[in-house]
Amino acid sequence: MAAAKTRASSFSRNLSTAAPSLGPGLKCGPNGTVLLSSGIPDLDKILGGGFSLGSLVMVMEDAEAPHHMLLLRNFMAQGLVHGQPLLYASPARDPRGFLGTLPSPAASKDDKSRGPEPDQEKGLRIAWQYKKYFGENQLNFDGQRDGKHEYSNEFNLRNPLERHFFNGQRVDCVSIQDSPDLSILQDRCTTFLSQLPRNDGSISCAGRIAIQSFCSPQCVYSNMEWEMLSFIRSLKNMVRSSNSVAIITFPPSLLSPSFCKRWQHMADTLLSVKAIQDDDKELAQLLTGYQDMIGFLNVHKVARINTQVPVILEATTFSIKLQKRRYLVLECLNQAPVDGSSGNSDGTSGSCSSSSKTGSLDF
Amino acid sequence: MNQRSSNLLDEALGLDQAIEPWPLRGRVVAIEDRVETSGSFILHHLLKRSLSRNPSSVSIFIAFAHPFSHYDRILRKLGCNLVSQRDNGRFFFFDMLKLRCPVGDEGTTPGGGLIALYGKIHKTISALPEISQKNVSIIIDDLSLMEVAANGSSDHVLDFLHYCRTLTSEFDCSLITLNHEDIYSIEDGSTFLLQMAYLADILIKAEPLATGLAADVHGQLTVSNKGRNKASNFHFKVKENMVECFYPGRSRD
Repeated sequence: MAAAKTRASSFSRNLSTAAPSLGPGLKCGPNGTVLLSSGIPDLDKILGGGFSLGSLVMVMEDAEAPHHMLLLRNFMAQGLVHGQPLLYASPARDPRGFLGTLPSPAASKDDKSRGPEPDQEKGLRIAWQYKKYFGENQLNFDGQRDGKHEYSNEFNLRNPLERHFFNGQRVDCVSIQDSPDLSILQDRCTTFLSQLPRNDGSISCAGRIAIQSFCSPQCVYSNMEWEMLSFIRSLKNMVRSSNSVAIITFPPSLLSPSFCKRWQHMADTLLSVKAIQDDDKELAQLLTGYQDMIGFLNVHKVARINTQVPVILEATTFSIKLQKRRYLVLECLNQAPVDGSSGNSDGTSGSCSSSSKTGSLDF
Repeated sequence: MNQRSSNLLDEALGLDQAIEPWPLRGRVVAIEDRVETSGSFILHHLLKRSLSRNPSSVSIFIAFAHPFSHYDRILRKLGCNLVSQRDNGRFFFFDMLKLRCPVGDEGTTPGGGLIALYGKIHKTISALPEISQKNVSIIIDDLSLMEVAANGSSDHVLDFLHYCRTLTSEFDCSLITLNHEDIYSIEDGSTFLLQMAYLADILIKAEPLATGLAADVHGQLTVSNKGRNKASNFHFKVKENMVECFYPGRSRD
C-alpha cells in the first residue's frame, strides 16, 4: 500500500531509478523488500501488498475442512500465470494431478465489466467502504502500468487453469508420502532454490514453494518432530537467501502443543483457516452476509523482514467468501445491525414479542 | 517527560545510572517472548547500547534467526552502522543459519558444532586487545533455534550456555540470550526455562496484552533484576528508531 502511494507522488522518478528492475508479478515493498502476490487480491491488501520474497508463510489448517487448499491453489495459480517456477509437495500419491484443479484467472474483459458494478453498490451502502474500494482501484491501476502482466489476478475457481500455463514451465511436483525421511524433499528444495540465487540489482524471476499438509500422518516421518523442525529451519534459511516464497500448510492438532508453538515461531507470516459449522444460528444472527461465508481466515503474524516494528492490523479475523461461487473474497467481519424483531432483551420488548407471537398465531 | 519515560527499559536494567563501568558486565540477561510478541527488539536495543557506550566495547552476535542484512538494516535505523563497526573489529557476526550439529557421534564430540562455536567465541575474545576484553557482550538470537540446530538436544545447548557463563566470569563479559517462553509445555517439564531463569541475573519477559493487540501498545515487559532485587513492569511500543516504554495508561505523556 505504502509503495503504491509513494509511486504516485512526485518522488516516483527517483524511486524508479533506485529500485531494482523487477520481473512480472513483483513489486517493491517497504524496507527494501520485494513483494509477490498471494493470488488473492484481498489477502495482498491485508498483508500490506503481498508476501515478501524470502519469507516463510505457514498456514494452520482446519483438520476437518480443506480451506487451506483454496489459499494454496490461488498462490500456485498466480505463480504460474506470472511464469514463475513452482515446487509443489504434497502427501498425495500423484501431486501433479492437483495442478489440474488450479483456478484460471478471470479474463480481464470480464473483470472490467464486472468490476465497477459491485463496487458501486458497496460504496453506496456504507461510506467507510469507499476506502477499500479506493485501494483496490489503485492496485489495479498499478498493475496495468507495469505492463500487460498484472501484479495480482482474480481467479475464477470454476474454470480450470489452461494447460499451456504449466506445460512449458519449471513445475516440479514431489510426493512426500512414501519417502522415509526428509532428505528427498530437502534435496528437491535445494536444487529448486539454487536456480534462484539472490543478488542485488535486478530480480527477474521469483520462485514459489508450496508444501501441503506437511506433518500429515500419511508421511512416514510424521513422528520425527525434530527432523521436521530442522527441515523447516533449513528451508527458511534457504528461502531467505533466494528469491522465493515458501508456503507450508500443516494441521496443528497433529503436533504436540510445544512443537506447534515452535512451528509458529518459525513462520514469518502465520495464517490460520477455519471452516464454519453448517448452522451456527448464533453466528448467523451476529454477522451480516453469513450465508455467503465458507470460513474464517486469521492473521496471526505478518512478516517483519528488515524491521523490528510489528505490523498491527485493524482486524485479524476475516471471513472467506465465494463471490458468485467463483471468486475468493476476504472481508472484515461486520456485525449485523440489531434487528428490532430479534432484540427482545428488556421487559417491554418482551411484552411486544409476546403480542407479536399471538399475532403470528392468528395466521 | 518523554525523554525520561523512553528510558524505562534502561532504568530497569540499570543502564541509566552509570555508563562506566557497564552495568551488564559479568551478567547474564535472558529475554523470553511469545508468538504474539517478538522480543527481538530488546536484543537490538541492547546491541545498540553496548556498541555506542564506549569506543573499546565489542559485541559478538551469534545469529541463528536472521542473516546479517536484516540486523544491519534495523540497526541502521536505530542509528548504528554495523558494517563499519564490523570493519573496525568491534562487531563480530557469527552466521549460524546453516549450522547443523552432526547426529550420532555425541559420544566422541559432545555437542558437535556447538563445541566448535564455543571455541570460536573464546578465540575471538582472547585475540582482542586487553582493554576490549573487559567490554565484550555475547548476544544469541535465539536459543530455540540453537536447540533445533543441536537436533533437539537441549542438554547440549545448556552445556554451551554454561561454558559461555564461565566466559562471563573469566572475561567479565555479558551474555544476552533470546528464547521463547511458550514452546516449553508443562508435560515435557520446562527444565530449560528454569535453568535459564537460574542462570540469568536479569530476566526480561515480553508478553502481549491480555486484551489483545493494539496499535498504541505493542505489549508489556517485565524485568526482574536479581542483583537489585526488584522487578518492574511497563508497556512498550516499538518504533523504527527507538522503543518507547511507559507505565500502563501513560502512552500519551
